[in-house]
Amino acid sequence: MYSSARGRENLYILKERNPRQPQSFRAADLIPETSSSATKTVHPHPQILSLSSTNPQYQSLYLQIFRSIVQSDKSMMGLENHEAQLYASREEMESLVLDDDDNNNNNNGNGTNPSSRSNGGANGDGSQHHHPLSPSSPFAEISTTDDDDPLLSSSSSSRHQNPSSFNSFLEPPSYADAVFRSFDGDRGKQINGHGVASTSSPSSGSDYLKVSVTDPQKEQDMNNSLVPGGNSFVTYLITTWTNLPEFNGTEFTVRRRFKDVVTLSDRLSDSYRGYFIPLRPDKSVVESQVMQKQEFVEQRRMALEKYLRKLAAHPVMRRSEELRAFLQAQGKLPLMKTTDLASRMLDGAVKLPKQLFGESVLSAAVDPDDVAQPAKGGRDLLRIFKELRQSVTEFYGTKPPVVEEDTEFLEKKKLEDFERELSNVSQQAESLVKAQQDVGETLGQLGLAFVKLTKFETEEAMFNSQKVRAADMKNVATSAVKASRLYRELNAQAVRHLDKLHEYLGVMLTVNNAYADRSNALLTVQTLLSELSNLSFRVEKLEAAASKIFGGDRSRVRKIEELKETMRVTDEAKNRAVREYERIKENNKKELERLDKERHDDFFGMLKGFVVNQAGYAEKMAGVWEAVANETSGYAKSS
Amino acid sequence: MITTQRSPTGGGGGGSQSPRSPSSQPPFLSVSVTDPAKMGNGVQAYISYKVITKTNLPEYQGSEKIVIRRYTDFVWLCDRLFEKYKGIFIPPLPEKSTVEKFRFSAEFIEMRRQALDTFVNRIALHHELQQSEDLRTFLQADEQTMERARSQDTGIFKKKPSDLMSIFRGVQSKVTDVVLGKEKPVEESNSEYDKFKKYIFELEDHLAEAQKHAYRLVKRHRELGQSLADFGKAIKLLGACEGDALGTAFSELGAKSEMLSIKLQREAHHLLMNFEEPLKDYVRAVQSIKGTITERANAFRQQCELTETIKLKEIDLNKMRLIRSEKMLDAEHEYEELKVAGQEATRRFETIVKLMNEEIVRFQDQKTQDMGRAFHEFAKGQARLANAIADAWRSLIPKLDSLSVS
Repeated sequence: MYSSARGRENLYILKERNPRQPQSFRAADLIPETSSSATKTVHPHPQILSLSSTNPQYQSLYLQIFRSIVQSDKSMMGLENHEAQLYASREEMESLVLDDDDNNNNNNGNGTNPSSRSNGGANGDGSQHHHPLSPSSPFAEISTTDDDDPLLSSSSSSRHQNPSSFNSFLEPPSYADAVFRSFDGDRGKQINGHGVASTSSPSSGSDYLKVSVTDPQKEQDMNNSLVPGGNSFVTYLITTWTNLPEFNGTEFTVRRRFKDVVTLSDRLSDSYRGYFIPLRPDKSVVESQVMQKQEFVEQRRMALEKYLRKLAAHPVMRRSEELRAFLQAQGKLPLMKTTDLASRMLDGAVKLPKQLFGESVLSAAVDPDDVAQPAKGGRDLLRIFKELRQSVTEFYGTKPPVVEEDTEFLEKKKLEDFERELSNVSQQAESLVKAQQDVGETLGQLGLAFVKLTKFETEEAMFNSQKVRAADMKNVATSAVKASRLYRELNAQAVRHLDKLHEYLGVMLTVNNAYADRSNALLTVQTLLSELSNLSFRVEKLEAAASKIFGGDRSRVRKIEELKETMRVTDEAKNRAVREYERIKENNKKELERLDKERHDDFFGMLKGFVVNQAGYAEKMAGVWEAVANETSGYAKSS
Repeated sequence: MITTQRSPTGGGGGGSQSPRSPSSQPPFLSVSVTDPAKMGNGVQAYISYKVITKTNLPEYQGSEKIVIRRYTDFVWLCDRLFEKYKGIFIPPLPEKSTVEKFRFSAEFIEMRRQALDTFVNRIALHHELQQSEDLRTFLQADEQTMERARSQDTGIFKKKPSDLMSIFRGVQSKVTDVVLGKEKPVEESNSEYDKFKKYIFELEDHLAEAQKHAYRLVKRHRELGQSLADFGKAIKLLGACEGDALGTAFSELGAKSEMLSIKLQREAHHLLMNFEEPLKDYVRAVQSIKGTITERANAFRQQCELTETIKLKEIDLNKMRLIRSEKMLDAEHEYEELKVAGQEATRRFETIVKLMNEEIVRFQDQKTQDMGRAFHEFAKGQARLANAIADAWRSLIPKLDSLSVS
């Protein structure tokens, strides 16, 4: 699973940096730079992988995705092989290229050569980024210097700490590097401004909150380590730059470990029920055992960075106390761990957030601790069973649950349809990318075959006609190789654009989580309602029994009083539960509106980026082939 | 970059594919193979073609003649020419066997038709081959006569030619052994000719590789077309979920994808017919040359053997002269006969050598033309495709812009 995830990342996280807008907060700036750091390109698709272990409901979806991951991984493998092959033979080609004007191109091609890149020199060399095919291209060039971004310089320094052996293993021979200029150049920037809207706040304006995760360090757990060295963990340096007023400052660094992130995530999902909260990276228990330590740590670092950046981009999460504490508070994470294992296992069905009980009620009815850690108190255990029973009866439909309004149900159905079609499109997009890649690859091979043939004919030439033919062949061969390279660049860009689809598959999971919050809240309401009716029934019975005895049975009266008090508390709790439910519903609605808006922008950005890119590269290819067609027009059939 | 002007087709053997420009004054012979039709049923089923000849050559019965021929008739013509015109590179036929499943597919039939048309026109244009009586028979004889001629050959001297022909049509390993002299000690040794042989054999490998990739490219184009169609469909469905402007944008994109998918399929076909097929034809031509090389080796061997025999005979004869044997007269007679045969063999061999030297020039010239045309078609097709793609996507941009603000 791991390796496939890696392949996928290679393929899909090919983000472009945008140094012309260093001030404004854009998630694209925050995305790891594939170009300069090979190690950064490797991490699993966190939303998708983390889902596998927790939510059986999406198993099938997950399997689907997984299959496509594997597929794309395979295609990567194919690509890698091809690359090797292509480059091997390209050297050959260069040695035989007859005219000087082509050397330029070939050298340029070398810029993507993995070996030259791992030297670390390729990044700074601007000439390699320049595409010689179209010096007068209407599409602007994106500068590739990364000096003007504090994130980049800091993270690249951390990269240098990575031993270089890392690179050789992790560095994909991806052509991301080759694509410094994309066809959506200038226009793409505007698009991207929206294009990453799901990870950037649409309302942020000039607000920014940038986070980077760097410098993993191994530490010993001093408290409870029985075996020396047996209880080590890794901390990450988390750096924040912001101008949000809540932070009272502009730059912070803290050290956090993965556990802290888990706590943050748990606290957020407790406090922000009904919101589409970005999913935290999976614990990846298997990977941590299987993978090389360094590699695993790097993968996790990237996943964490991605996660934190998504949080920072969420209009509500970015202003949450929890995130602020996580990013800012020095020393140990001040956030309390909210849950224990039992309650986690039963998840939503158990949680009655403390908001349900007012302070007075809390003191009267339940111990505050019990609310904080619900599964510990006996009363709460009882509630667990009640809620479970409630959910079971609901499940079997013996008792009609409080039905959600039809319109909302339709809304949900619409989301499910959307999710299904989205996953279908993302699959098709992958095979499209694969097919495009195959065409490019085959064109390259064809070109090389003709390169060899050219060489052969030139060497063996006995007649002038052979020389003429060889020259024609060379012409075609060079063009085929050029076109192949264009296909490769096109594909890297297409992947970048279509990645939005995958991103939204991840977003759909957070949507589903938010909806689950809502059904759980509804379940709580229902449980409290039935408990209430239970209580009132008992009170009625006792009152009826008490009324038969004149003057009243003291113990009975006390019992009735007690029950009534419980009823009052329960009623209070019910009201709060209803309010909580309404609140979550409201959150759902707000988030859905936000999502609709962002999706609108994102998808238009994606479509436009994709289309502009396809058109731009097609134009280039047309140019390449038209030149050949003109030069060979002498052969055209006269008829 | 290439400023060399294309040399006009050399001599009478110009390799232009199927020139149908009958001008009245100079002699002409032009043939077209058309209207493939499926005949018979089941295993017996075959495709027949209409072969239309237009000519002003006096040897022909009239100016226009239409006959019905099937693939085996073309094979007959090819075999006969190969037998009779040793040293000439007989134009290659399209492959005989193919996967049964595709035998009657429209694409295969069309490709074969085109290849047969090219084949027969190359013969008609060849200054030697166009004189062939067999060609006249093939172009003019009624169907019964043709069938008789064909079955006669199959009956009487099919054995030998078929062996040769099978070599000629591609069993290369044997040819390699024979020609490169792994088992035959008698081998022409001539550095220039050796170089030529090596050239031909390596050329075949290179061409086969290029052809393989070209074929794969056709397949890749089709797959890309299919993927685009699927992508288009899926994205339309997604559009249906979205409704409003975004939905419209999605379905526009989907529609364009589906439209491009059709373009890709069409271009894939063009690529197959005008680029991959000429490459394959090139490979076949090289294989045909290898057949000629085999013939030359045979002729050379025959010549050598005869020379050897004649030498031995001469020694015998001299001995007989010494002892004044009675058999001397007979032997002298035999010796004279052998000498004639030897001269004949030498002449045959030399004819082959001479013809081949001419043919090589013609072959190289023709292939430069053929490949030039194929390259042109390839580049044109790719440019056309790329332009179609660019246009389609570009036309979407303003729509997307207006939709995204609405």
